[in-house]
Amino acid sequence: MAGQWTSASGRAPGEGAPRAPAPPFTREHEDFRQVTRSFVERELRPHAQEWEDARWFPNEVFRLLAAHGYLGLKYPEEYGGQGGDYLHDAVFAEELARCGSGGLAAGIGAHTGIATPPIWKFGTEEQKRRFLAPAIRGEKIAALGITEPGAGSDVAGIRTHARRVDGGFVVNGSKTFITNGVRADFVVTAVRTTPEGGHRGLSFLVIEKGMEGFSVSRKLDKLGWHASDTAELAFDDVLVPEENLLGEENRGFYLIMANFQWERLLMALGAVGSMQATLERTLEFARERRAFGRPIGRHQAIRHKLAEMALKLETGRALTYNALRLFAEGHDAVREVTMAKLKTQRDAFEVADAALQIHGGAGYMKEYEIERALRDLRLGPIGGGTDEIMREILGRQLGL
Amino acid sequence: MKICVLVKEVPDAAVEKRMDPSTKRLDRSGEKNLNPFDTHAIEAAMQIKEGGAVDVDEIVAVTMGPESAVRALHKAVSLGADRSVHLTDPALAGSDVCATGYALAQVLKAESPDLVLLGQQSDDGECYTVGAVVADHLQMPSLTQVIKIDVQDGKLRCERQAEYGYDTVEVELPAVISVGDAINEPRYPSLKAIMGAKKKPLDTKSAADVGIDPSRVGEQGSRTAVLAINPPPAKEPGEIIEDEDTDETVQKIVSWLEERKLLA
Repeated sequence: MAGQWTSASGRAPGEGAPRAPAPPFTREHEDFRQVTRSFVERELRPHAQEWEDARWFPNEVFRLLAAHGYLGLKYPEEYGGQGGDYLHDAVFAEELARCGSGGLAAGIGAHTGIATPPIWKFGTEEQKRRFLAPAIRGEKIAALGITEPGAGSDVAGIRTHARRVDGGFVVNGSKTFITNGVRADFVVTAVRTTPEGGHRGLSFLVIEKGMEGFSVSRKLDKLGWHASDTAELAFDDVLVPEENLLGEENRGFYLIMANFQWERLLMALGAVGSMQATLERTLEFARERRAFGRPIGRHQAIRHKLAEMALKLETGRALTYNALRLFAEGHDAVREVTMAKLKTQRDAFEVADAALQIHGGAGYMKEYEIERALRDLRLGPIGGGTDEIMREILGRQLGL
Repeated sequence: MKICVLVKEVPDAAVEKRMDPSTKRLDRSGEKNLNPFDTHAIEAAMQIKEGGAVDVDEIVAVTMGPESAVRALHKAVSLGADRSVHLTDPALAGSDVCATGYALAQVLKAESPDLVLLGQQSDDGECYTVGAVVADHLQMPSLTQVIKIDVQDGKLRCERQAEYGYDTVEVELPAVISVGDAINEPRYPSLKAIMGAKKKPLDTKSAADVGIDPSRVGEQGSRTAVLAINPPPAKEPGEIIEDEDTDETVQKIVSWLEERKLLA
């Protein structure tokens, strides 16, 4: 049976059935979720192992996603987008977690979730035509370049420097941990544009593949996210023309801050999707695997573990959906987004850890994909702002 | 050419189905979905339209069902139908296959399509017969379990899945054709298509609107009645062969199969 509106098979009755929409999602979002889930499970998931082993997923994936509209869900139709909004992108982010490869989801998410939104929000009409439209078509792949060997969440410490010259800028410096960095056709790059740098001295330049002096110095090897490419980038006297300045000069810090909320929400949504998928699989396993004469799920030790997993999922979902609702309605949601990010990332890792424990020896084996989920999810409490940074933001929100 | 596609709202495949002992009907509460077999019928219509062998003016999705069935029509439209017709009337509740076929035929008479397509079965009732009943009322030729359709000189050349192979059948239009799920791979509706579906025309018709004789529909108008429902007999437990000595295990399995003459 192959109806795209059909729930995926292979689940116990009553499980994974489309559910009544939970705010901020509506019926229409749930319809879109159903189709997206089917797309992810049938078009992406079957390749996850192969792409993980290859330490790379093919660029054609972007074309495939573009052909089905997934690279432009929230963007206006005039640039080739679908004319949806943040909530549609949220559905995609949550369902993408079911593709079985954190690296694949990260590569796609870097393109749609963090690298192209600044162009949409801060770009000129011409920049949107040059970069956003081909990115939505899957013809150009995007990356966001902020992190440096000496600057992560502490963005004021960015040292990559752009010196004004006639007609543009000359860029020198390096970036690291850049998702899609190896394959990117353009990198939305944070640079220091005053000698002092800091909050008032940051700007964004779109640096394109092929610009003289711009190179990939290293493809990094990682604990997880194997299918994604993570790069170290080098800029050696790269001449970047004036028309590649994104947003106002020296106002880059605001662009970073605006982007962070959405990035963190996407990470929270991904964690919720992942916890859901992990719980479903583990429940199935706990029903089938027998020990001491009954399914292991009927043993209290296992049953309680599953109850805890379900609780983490539901708390994470409630926090995340609420933060998403506030964000989508245009409210200041820094506190809620921070909480959602902080709560879900460690929890998703712990849920995967519990799932591995329940699977026993099988969980330690590659074929069950649990060990992969565990490795992939370990990035959650680090990327997009560490758990420690999240706690700092929350603490300051409390006026301390 | 005008193509009408009959669609149905059914309980979602992932929802555990149960019979309501008081009405002796399927309990249709819970999440519902567009009958997956019908998505293949819509895709078949789309492929005829896009194939270019014949000009298709419009594809119309038609359903009969309660208010909620509108969602199935939206889904049908998101997959490519141009507009939809919703036959809904309390008088139709409890209609059996004959009554349903008659009611749908009344809607189709008003539409006068050149081709009627539908999924070979619904995911809930699984009667496989609505297409044939509709065709009888419309006095059109009917083919079932079709897995290939080619348009040739204004006729259709169809392959149907038969018990021992495939029949190739030529059929004159207008005709009613029910398709199997092997016919195609339905497309994924885009977000734009899903959001746009509600904006496409949808006509709501009552039984009277399409001239349905009330004595021929509903529970009273149905010619069949469900007298009793019983759960299927419990499956006998299978034989479990523990693998202690593999040679012995294989021998046990082989002799088990031989006893049942399953090995040639």
